[in-house]
Amino acid sequence: MGIPFELLINAVVAGVLLGGFYAAVTLGISISFGMLDVVNIAHPAFIILGSYIAYLLNLSFGLDPIIAALIMLPAFYVLGQVVYQIYHLSFERRGQDALRGLAFFFGLLFITEVVLILVFGVDYRYVEAPYIGPTWRLGFVDLPLRMLVPCLVSLLLVVVLQLLLTRTFFGRALKAVAQDQLALQLMAADPIRIKRMAFGVSIATACLAGAFLIIIQPVEPSVGRDYIGRVFAICVLGGMGSLPGTVIAAMLLGIVESLTATFYGPSWAPAVAFGFLLLTLAVRPAGILGR
Amino acid sequence: MRSWSFFAIALSIGALLFALTLWVRNDYLFFAGYVVLQFVVLATAWNILGGYCGYVNFGSAAFFAIGVYSAVAANKLGSNPARFLPDFVASGLAPLLPLPIPVLMLIAGLAAGVVGFGMGYLTLRLRGVFFAIATLAMAVVLQTLIINWDFVGGSRGAYIVRPAKAALGPVAIGYIEYLFAIMLLLAVIALTIARLIERSRLGYGFASIRDDELAAEACGVPTLRLKLIATTISGALMGMAGAPFPFYIGYVEPAAAFGLPYAVNSIAMPMIGGTTSWVGPLLGALVLGSLQQIATVTISSAVNLLIVGVLLVGFVVIAPKGIVGLVEDWRHARAKP
Repeated sequence: MGIPFELLINAVVAGVLLGGFYAAVTLGISISFGMLDVVNIAHPAFIILGSYIAYLLNLSFGLDPIIAALIMLPAFYVLGQVVYQIYHLSFERRGQDALRGLAFFFGLLFITEVVLILVFGVDYRYVEAPYIGPTWRLGFVDLPLRMLVPCLVSLLLVVVLQLLLTRTFFGRALKAVAQDQLALQLMAADPIRIKRMAFGVSIATACLAGAFLIIIQPVEPSVGRDYIGRVFAICVLGGMGSLPGTVIAAMLLGIVESLTATFYGPSWAPAVAFGFLLLTLAVRPAGILGR
Repeated sequence: MRSWSFFAIALSIGALLFALTLWVRNDYLFFAGYVVLQFVVLATAWNILGGYCGYVNFGSAAFFAIGVYSAVAANKLGSNPARFLPDFVASGLAPLLPLPIPVLMLIAGLAAGVVGFGMGYLTLRLRGVFFAIATLAMAVVLQTLIINWDFVGGSRGAYIVRPAKAALGPVAIGYIEYLFAIMLLLAVIALTIARLIERSRLGYGFASIRDDELAAEACGVPTLRLKLIATTISGALMGMAGAPFPFYIGYVEPAAAFGLPYAVNSIAMPMIGGTTSWVGPLLGALVLGSLQQIATVTISSAVNLLIVGVLLVGFVVIAPKGIVGLVEDWRHARAKP
């Protein structure tokens, strides 16, 4: 039995589009976990928070979800700084083991989810935007705009972040923090300030990713949990903190998931991501573009 | 105190508790008490790996669910053996059926123990944070397997018919009382095991792994063997805690059995109580468990989850050693002047 060629190509294209979105979801983790060694497992919760804020702005002002997210970027940046400051004061500075920090973020994830349930209930919410319905067709290949727009904006985000990380003082200082914090201190730069800013940036990406998420699918508070495995799988596979690696790994996971959903049924798709993660951790912990 | 005398004392306290609850004659007390006791077991089991060895397990819910679903599967097999098993096996089993809950618990403990043993091998390559994330991943993989496993109902869930009465020795008692008694016994056993581990060579080995695994390894501590023991015991206890659950609730579905509340509670309770000794998880589970029961009744079930989250974050930030640590600090402060 041969696999229909058109179905295969469509599944791969859908996977690439999905992968673009996954890249946006993972960017924040690549910064916080990959570069700062802050195991922010609450990241998906911030993404869901972003989704709900995009939903609110869309509902009350009819704003485009992506524009709404762009407006909210500074707020998320500040939120990230606050969270990092608490984390730093309570765990990092005391030299407390990372495990308590982990419990802290796990608690944050849980709190965010429960608060969202209390405020919005467990109904699925969705947004309105002109590009959510239509689909472009290139020959036999379907390009739903609902997937294409988040994918393209997300790739743009990756490029901007990559430029920020390689071309500015902040970016170079961030790389220095990841490599040798003491040395940076000796250069008279405050590593904590750099890390705080970087964590702010990582949470700010969650805001955009949240907007993408609610464009792609209706959202309810516990959706975020499915993404914990995905983001860490992608981050580790991508080589912990390498943005190009993140994009490649995200596309790979998107394609594998899309193929699984097409040929075996969507109920198996979540296991693929996590199986992927277990396999990566067991076989090649350094990732594709490992340092 | 020797472990046997500890076990005897704990058992008598348990029996007293059971007698008291019977005396009050309020069924709700049994329903609420069952949940609290279940969390005592889960928290204690989590602490054997998380508190003693320092390996954070986010997949408690998965072990719990393994227990739940092995009980569901074994019960279904047992209720109609002729349909699922070859004749000679079925007729051989017939006098034993229906399987009593303690047997289901042993089966569940075995299944969860095997998975725990497998998880122990993960620690070979994954330390600290990576291990924690891998357990999270494992939980989702297992959930997907259960969702796609039709025999136990898949995502539709499975109904379990609870008998009205159960025999506890010669006396017949209500089924919820029976479940409560079983969970009480399991809690006593779990606490005894935890205390036994804490005071044996095993416990010192675990502590050495928690403090510095590399140094322990270099000193000749058989780290892998110890970690395998810890993950197996911890997993098996969680599985055993899950086995009576379908009989308690009457209907199980994957989303409920794998629910995040189990994972969060079994981390939050030891963290709030204190992770260094068996008292911590017990205290944490009693305090937090009762608080949740009260909040569920008086406010709402979503708010009780919020309480857990806030307390967890509050305690890890402000009092990293938990209630036990607070009490110790207070005692030191009083002893000094």
